Amino acid sequence: MAKKVAFLQGNEAAAQGALYAGCTFFGGYPITPSTEVAEVMSVELPKIGGKFIQMEDEIGAMASVIGASLTGAKVLTATSGPGLSLKQELIGYACIAETPCVIVNVMRGGPSTGMPTGPSQSDVMCAKWGTHGDHPAICLTPASVQELFEETVRAFNLAEKYRTPVMVMPDEIVAHMRERIVFPEPGELEVINRTAPSVAPAEYKPYDTSFGDVPPLAAFGSDYRFHVTGLNKGQDGFPTTKAAWVQAEEERQVRKVEANVDDIVQFEEYELADAEVAIVAYGSTSRSARFAVNEARKQGIKAGLFRIKTFWPFPEKQIAALAGKVKAFITPEMNLGMCTGEVKRCAEGKAAVHGIFRVDGEPINPGQILEKIKEVK
Amino acid sequence: MSQRYEIRFSGAGGQGLILAGVIMAEAASIYDGKQAVQSQSYGPEARGGASKSEVIVSDTMIDYPKATVVDALLALTQEAADKYSHDLKEGGVLLIDSDLVKNVPKGNFNTVAFPIINTAKNEVGREIVANIVALGAMVALTGVVTKEGAEKAVLARVPEAFMELNKKAFQMGYEKAMAARA
Repeated sequence: MAKKVAFLQGNEAAAQGALYAGCTFFGGYPITPSTEVAEVMSVELPKIGGKFIQMEDEIGAMASVIGASLTGAKVLTATSGPGLSLKQELIGYACIAETPCVIVNVMRGGPSTGMPTGPSQSDVMCAKWGTHGDHPAICLTPASVQELFEETVRAFNLAEKYRTPVMVMPDEIVAHMRERIVFPEPGELEVINRTAPSVAPAEYKPYDTSFGDVPPLAAFGSDYRFHVTGLNKGQDGFPTTKAAWVQAEEERQVRKVEANVDDIVQFEEYELADAEVAIVAYGSTSRSARFAVNEARKQGIKAGLFRIKTFWPFPEKQIAALAGKVKAFITPEMNLGMCTGEVKRCAEGKAAVHGIFRVDGEPINPGQILEKIKEVK
Repeated sequence: MSQRYEIRFSGAGGQGLILAGVIMAEAASIYDGKQAVQSQSYGPEARGGASKSEVIVSDTMIDYPKATVVDALLALTQEAADKYSHDLKEGGVLLIDSDLVKNVPKGNFNTVAFPIINTAKNEVGREIVANIVALGAMVALTGVVTKEGAEKAVLARVPEAFMELNKKAFQMGYEKAMAARA
């Protein structure tokens, strides 16, 4: 049977990906340029017995998805810049309470209200450092409509597998552009569900680390009863200030992601085998970079592209290895150097890092990147 | 056609130009089996303000989704003609509304002008289908998608009650552009 194809907008694909992954709850507060995610969920969720709720603001929306997730549902919220800022307190809550949830954040100009309809990539640091305290961070930066669908499915898998919030962060261009998409059949993409407790309700502890770094999570409202708090907590979920335990728990919560980077980090290498100049790019900017690499190759310049698909955890090992091989990195991004700083950190001075930054609401075009390639080759 | 072909629909917010771009891209990618990407740029206001919708069509994978050197430009307002014609390539197609764009962008273009909005209003019967008149004209002038594919794409986007109206708008735009070019 021929697969279903459609000409879809990125945001619509994100919503469809969430449904494919088994999402049954959306809590949100609409904001440009992410609104179409909420629109699709509001139409589709009632059809499958799911729930859509428009909350009073972004903080309430984040709280609603945490609550719904604790009942056992796969949950989604969608927002953009200012909304992501508002959600931060509760993103931290989801981190410490180890509650799976997926946040689609479409990157527009900032800070504050910034440029609501203009593209940007300036939320990538907010995805890791927006909420205070040490915590794990997973952030995916897809570059096409098809990939936005697939990476949203993967975001749900990672959220459920590691009991943590996961962010999907397309820039406005990827979220609003339309491309042909081929829908995967049910079962074609892996769908991971959270691990349910194997002990009787009376013995259940929500943070029982004897089951490993990711303890099984029971559903609220079932026979299993447990306590949830934003305070540092013991195995039973009740607050604790026991120093050694708190230290070990903080470390475990970060370790459950950091120790599994090979399972989480994905990237694409293009024309890198003999490259002397490596462009490191993500989202729509990586498409400009690919165009520029092809043009450079036509002119006999050995350029290649390292495309970041998983921004957090950052592909540290891969960038460090590349730094030993190439003469220079070029890091085009629609912010003033957020990825560039990470690449410099990983390169440890072994290769020069040249940024191309744009925050005027216009995309970085292939010509700009090609010019830089010629300059640094 | 293995090269990129870049089309830009421009005018004011609310004129339906994003939809015109979407339909053109659907015609290419769903009905004609080519690769296509549609993107858009608009201000924060729902109506008014310069607005553009870009479509890239190619036989091979499309990387950069925005226009680099525009092959064909539609401008439905003077503001759009002034703002968005700077990267139209030499010999490119320039379609303008002859009532609304009085200062024709200067350059070596294949300029085609006819009263697009007036055609929708007075000959088709509803101003709201001006975008479909313009689409029919762009299909005729660019030849980048088939007329059949484009017509199917139009009808797939339109509610049952408005099929005939849109069919007429598309056909009228197609014919007027052919006549104006000749």
